[in-house]
Amino acid sequence: MPPRPDTAGLFPRAGAAQAWHNWRRHFSDFAQTHWRELTIAVPYLWLLVFFLVPFFIVLKISLAESLIASPPFSPLIEWAEGEALRIRIIFDNFAWLLEDELYVQTYLNSLKISTVSTVLCLLIGYPIAYAIVRAPPGARHILLLLIILPFWTSFLLRVYAWIGILADRGTINNFLMWTGVIDQPVRLLYSEFAVYLGIVYSYLPFMILPLYANMEKLDATLREAASDLGAHPATTFFTVTLPLTVPGIVAGALLVFIPATGEFVIPDLLGGGNVLMIGKVLYGEFNANHDWPVAAAVAIALLVVLVAPMMLYQHFQSREMEPGKWR
Amino acid sequence: MTSATSAATDVYLERPWLDAAAEPFIRIQGVSKRFGDFTAVENVDLDIYRGELFSLLGGSGCGKTTLLRMLAGFETPTVGRITIDNADMTEAPPYQRPVNMMFQSYALFPHMNVADNVAYGLKRDRVPKNEIARRVAEILSMVELQEFGKRKPHQLSGGQRQRVALARALVKQPKVLLLDEPLAALDKRLREQTQFELMNLQERLGVTFIVVTHDQEEAMTLSTRIAVMDAGRIIQVGEPGEVYERPKTRKIANFIGSINTFDGRIVTVDGDAGELALSCPAFSSPLKVPREADLKAGQKATLAIRPEKIMMSKDAPEDRALARLQGEVVELAYMGNLSIYRVQVDGDGGDNNDGDGGDIIQVTAPNLQRVDRRNIEWDDRVWLSWRPDNSFILRD
Repeated sequence: MPPRPDTAGLFPRAGAAQAWHNWRRHFSDFAQTHWRELTIAVPYLWLLVFFLVPFFIVLKISLAESLIASPPFSPLIEWAEGEALRIRIIFDNFAWLLEDELYVQTYLNSLKISTVSTVLCLLIGYPIAYAIVRAPPGARHILLLLIILPFWTSFLLRVYAWIGILADRGTINNFLMWTGVIDQPVRLLYSEFAVYLGIVYSYLPFMILPLYANMEKLDATLREAASDLGAHPATTFFTVTLPLTVPGIVAGALLVFIPATGEFVIPDLLGGGNVLMIGKVLYGEFNANHDWPVAAAVAIALLVVLVAPMMLYQHFQSREMEPGKWR
Repeated sequence: MTSATSAATDVYLERPWLDAAAEPFIRIQGVSKRFGDFTAVENVDLDIYRGELFSLLGGSGCGKTTLLRMLAGFETPTVGRITIDNADMTEAPPYQRPVNMMFQSYALFPHMNVADNVAYGLKRDRVPKNEIARRVAEILSMVELQEFGKRKPHQLSGGQRQRVALARALVKQPKVLLLDEPLAALDKRLREQTQFELMNLQERLGVTFIVVTHDQEEAMTLSTRIAVMDAGRIIQVGEPGEVYERPKTRKIANFIGSINTFDGRIVTVDGDAGELALSCPAFSSPLKVPREADLKAGQKATLAIRPEKIMMSKDAPEDRALARLQGEVVELAYMGNLSIYRVQVDGDGGDNNDGDGGDIIQVTAPNLQRVDRRNIEWDDRVWLSWRPDNSFILRD
């Protein structure tokens, strides 16, 4: 057989097309064998860019010194005179948080308010979720829609609306004075009560929805089995329904507890100056004091406080995923 | 006491439903259940006796499960009355009935281990702790799960779960045990084995069992009596042999096993011999079959014969008293232990004259020979014959 003439040099365009073709084939081979990795890379990339990088920026700022400059904090890495690379890490901000009783007090108060709100949400949300699950299928969808309906309005607007309801000359006081129950307005707004009301109102759906999702999966024949074995309805609830809805309770409680601890809008608008919560302090350090490093330290400290409940949530979530564990 | 009466008493002891004086243990009287416009159970009257293993048999949606749920107390009858051991249970909630149920899905509590599942009912009755432990251990060893007390339900196999469910329902020593499709979730081999275990257990404990099933074979093997249900009604109650050999309607005959039918007309009724003569176009002479009480000469009737009661041969049978047909094997299914033949009989079928050949008759025969020595094959001409008194009259 005569040797084939080398035509690549004679037809350069054909060679380029061949190279493009080869590259495409390689890529599709790669995509076919690595599609799992490629798919999973997308959310990881997202988390990296939008969560992890900002977190490290905040961490960096918390370890810096406040300056009157732009940006208003010292750089982490700077070139000293000559060639030496200098890394400056300052823990003063965190020490400050511990020294000043105000911060510790505020953290504790935030935790107290979010804990009480979570318990209130659970006490109110559990029966609601249970009633929705037991409702006939048609009504169930409407009831679920009603739970989600508030999300169609801005959160901020809804909190503002409470000001109108709770104010000294607001809806409630006007009504009570009109009926003659009181003759002086009762202080409702700018109190801890108003903050509790706001948090419970705003976060209740986050309690109800995971509870609903959990209860919906619950096998109704388990209740029948308990009843058949001689359990009164109340006993059935405490021995069967409640233990099996623990994953839903944990999920709902943490979905309320975690954001409520760092809540800023509700204590600011409904609590005024009377309720101290960490979100408000953070806002103050950042906006009023222009002390970015302390504000960043407050944020990091809040994260540390919430790591424990977040890990708990993770633990229960993965347990939920385990096949056959609860069913 | 003569031996004759003592034999009769024994019969009544074992088969109390034959004794008009026997008192039923469970009475279901005129019970109907409606869900909106839908009638799930319609006007059911049923007496069940102590120690019976009674089956409610029917296809899906026939109302058998609703009836069982009314016995358990999960549903209340729209009308009618249910009494158990002379106590009115019509309105009693499930937790106040002397009845326990084994659920089709088993409904084991997933957050409790096997021992806690079994102990659940005893705890509700405030049985002392040490007695609970004793009874749980006893019942678990009875279902051969004594080693599995600490396991969670998801760590068990299907058969083991079934036995836990059974133990949990039996440990309270109920007057009646209700079983909803107890064997449906098991594979065939395990099902057969469990069937016998269930029967032994029932015999040993003497508890009245009521089983809901859609599986006619299961009902046949397990039961003392079967109630066949269709569209919310009970269409026949009887011992397995009675329901199989003398089904009242074509529906029952078709539901339980297979059946061959021939249209015909009654020629004469002989009350003394308990026979009637039926002339069918498919046969040259009238056939003598057992009499049904309310049928008269001149009436249309359907003759029915079970596939396994038909003999098949290549030569013409000599006995002239047999019902005889000739035809050709058109289909043959080898099932291992037996074979199913479909034979197209000569001439037009009795029911029409469209010239497309005669009826297809199904015959089952045990494989007495190895398959390679089978003497009847596809397209063979064969004679079908049976004793007329093995056939019966059906009404629609």
